Amino acid sequence: MTDWAGRQSDEVVKDWLRQMHLIRFFDEKVDEFFAKGMIHGTTHLCVGQEASAVGACAPLKDDDMITSTHRGHGHCIAKGAEPDRMMAELFGRVTGYCKGKGGSMHIADVDKGNLGANGIVGGGIPLAVGAALTSQMKKQGKVAVCFFGDGATNEGSFHESLNLASIWKLPVVFVCENNQYGMSGPVKDMVNIEDIADRGASYGIPGRVVDGNNLLEMADVMEEAVMQARSGSGPVLIEAKTYRWKGHSKSDAKKYRTREEEKDWRTNKDPIKRFEEWLLEEGRITKEEAETIRQSALDEINRAVEFAENSEEPSMDTILEDVYA
Amino acid sequence: MREITYAEAVREGLSQRMREDSDVFVLGEDIGVYGGAFGVTRGMIEEFGPERIRNTPISEAAITGAAVGAALTGMKPVLELQFSDFITIAMDQLVNQAAKVRYMYGGKGHVPMVVRTPSGSGTGAAAQHSQSLEAWVAHIPGLKVVQPSTAYDAKGLLKAAMEDPNPVIFYEHKVLYKSKSDVPEEEYTIPLGKADVKKEGTDVTIIATAIMVHKALEAAEELEKRGISVEVVDPRTLVPLDEETIIASVSKTGRVIIVHEAVKRGGFGGEIAGVIAESEAFDYLDAPIRRLGALPIPVPYNPVLEKAMIPQVEDIIKAVEETMRGA
Ligand SMILES: Cc1ncc(C[n+]2csc(CCOP(=O)(O)OP(=O)(O)O)c2C)c(N)n1
Ligand SMILES: [Mg+2]
Repeated sequence: MTDWAGRQSDEVVKDWLRQMHLIRFFDEKVDEFFAKGMIHGTTHLCVGQEASAVGACAPLKDDDMITSTHRGHGHCIAKGAEPDRMMAELFGRVTGYCKGKGGSMHIADVDKGNLGANGIVGGGIPLAVGAALTSQMKKQGKVAVCFFGDGATNEGSFHESLNLASIWKLPVVFVCENNQYGMSGPVKDMVNIEDIADRGASYGIPGRVVDGNNLLEMADVMEEAVMQARSGSGPVLIEAKTYRWKGHSKSDAKKYRTREEEKDWRTNKDPIKRFEEWLLEEGRITKEEAETIRQSALDEINRAVEFAENSEEPSMDTILEDVYA
Repeated sequence: MREITYAEAVREGLSQRMREDSDVFVLGEDIGVYGGAFGVTRGMIEEFGPERIRNTPISEAAITGAAVGAALTGMKPVLELQFSDFITIAMDQLVNQAAKVRYMYGGKGHVPMVVRTPSGSGTGAAAQHSQSLEAWVAHIPGLKVVQPSTAYDAKGLLKAAMEDPNPVIFYEHKVLYKSKSDVPEEEYTIPLGKADVKKEGTDVTIIATAIMVHKALEAAEELEKRGISVEVVDPRTLVPLDEETIIASVSKTGRVIIVHEAVKRGGFGGEIAGVIAESEAFDYLDAPIRRLGALPIPVPYNPVLEKAMIPQVEDIIKAVEETMRGA
């Protein structure tokens, strides 16, 4: 391990903690609003997966790019999006990132290098390859980080994209968040190898397995991969082993897994708790500071809700806008 | 007779066929213990086991192609494509393989498969989970296309689709899954290519598909109060299309509105309008043929915009009144 993450300043590591809290509070609020019927449509929450999002984005520069998935709120926050405009999007308001037209599955923040969440499993993977191609052709030095789930690695788009990125030596880092399930399909039934990272070998791409609930490990491995991609040596495939605490989407009886398994991940592998413990052990923060960070993240999410609720609905005359440029 | 939901009718129809014919099996994403994204296959893995209720990886191209290959060699697969939007990924296997093998091979082999797939907006699922792309597949010679609007029709049409020796795309409307109608417990067949006159009338014909059938019926009820007698025709299958029933109805009423949820531009309504315009019904027309369909936009997330995108009961009423005035 390079210990890149451990060498970051107090300011940086505290910000990682803040981001993880933001993600968790954001998604817990969204969960509550769906349960109350305050938001329509559907949503996919990443509670429990905060470290892979924050760790993956930790070594990125502002102008690096990401592509995200249907489970994308965490990626979005980790790439620097404003929770208030995200929440407004979920409320379908005109102040949202997509002016209320996209919703949870399509939040994008192109100016910040977030090329968008995606409703199509595997849909964003080739886009990341294309973004990396731009960077290569224009010699921009930017890296594209491509998020997708374990389930997405059974789509043709995954395999075709890895091959393409490899033969063209593109600056892209493929990040598979293996949360053990698709919508219900257990990865052990849907993939006949232990580690999805091994799939990189077919395409001449190095694969790395990471504990996705360990922020430091995630950030370290990502930093190395991003460096390699940026230096022109081609893509890397990273598999972050993690777990989604909530159901797949708003309606999920979770018949495909046990409550014991859920409890084990929640109590023993909580990524926020683990990182906070490290910060305390290392003397990087005090208990009071930790509490202040938590509280200020919660306040920020509450303000985001207020912002969303007080925002306008899009007006009817915008309905035909933005189909074409 | 008992009332059951559209989703239950599909499940019952599927299960009854599976009990009779061991060549019929279902494959799709999350159709096992999860019961399918809309709960249609709920309980089926318990009855039929994982061999015949095959829970697949997220691999639309492969599972569609595997269904084509299995169908070509003696099985009768029923593929559940979780959302009809994902047909884009399955398209090569449907359009270049399933639809064409028999013709290309000079009449050898056939592909008895059904693709069941939920379509339509109204659930807030936004642009990539709400489309109505049936015109795409209706354009392809070799595919049949079904769009049931009621639980009763769904069960009878599904049986016909499963017994058909050709690939059939069977569109189920998400918003209709919970709608109920009287459905016989025993099996029955509604032949493909037979439209249904959902309501008789004399002044104007509304040809409507899927969820628009219900909106048309609601509009008809209101229009009746305003002294306009509306006939509502549900083609039920786009391919084959029951041109005879459509032409007869329009010849009788002399006025026609065609309504579908799909984007109007390039939608199947244009085909229906063409059929009418080319037929003897043209001579009976007292007003121009009128089409209602969705605005030419991706389905918006905001619920108000989402609703405004597609024809509503008031839009149908307005169109009928304008048509009655000859406008
Ligand atoms: C092409 C396509 N197929 C199926 C779906 C439905 N679907 C949405 S998310 C999902 C599971 C994805 O699993 P994974 O890639 O592991 O991501 P996770 O949900 O676990 O984050 C499925 C089947 C879809 N949106 N797009
Ligand atoms: Mg997964």
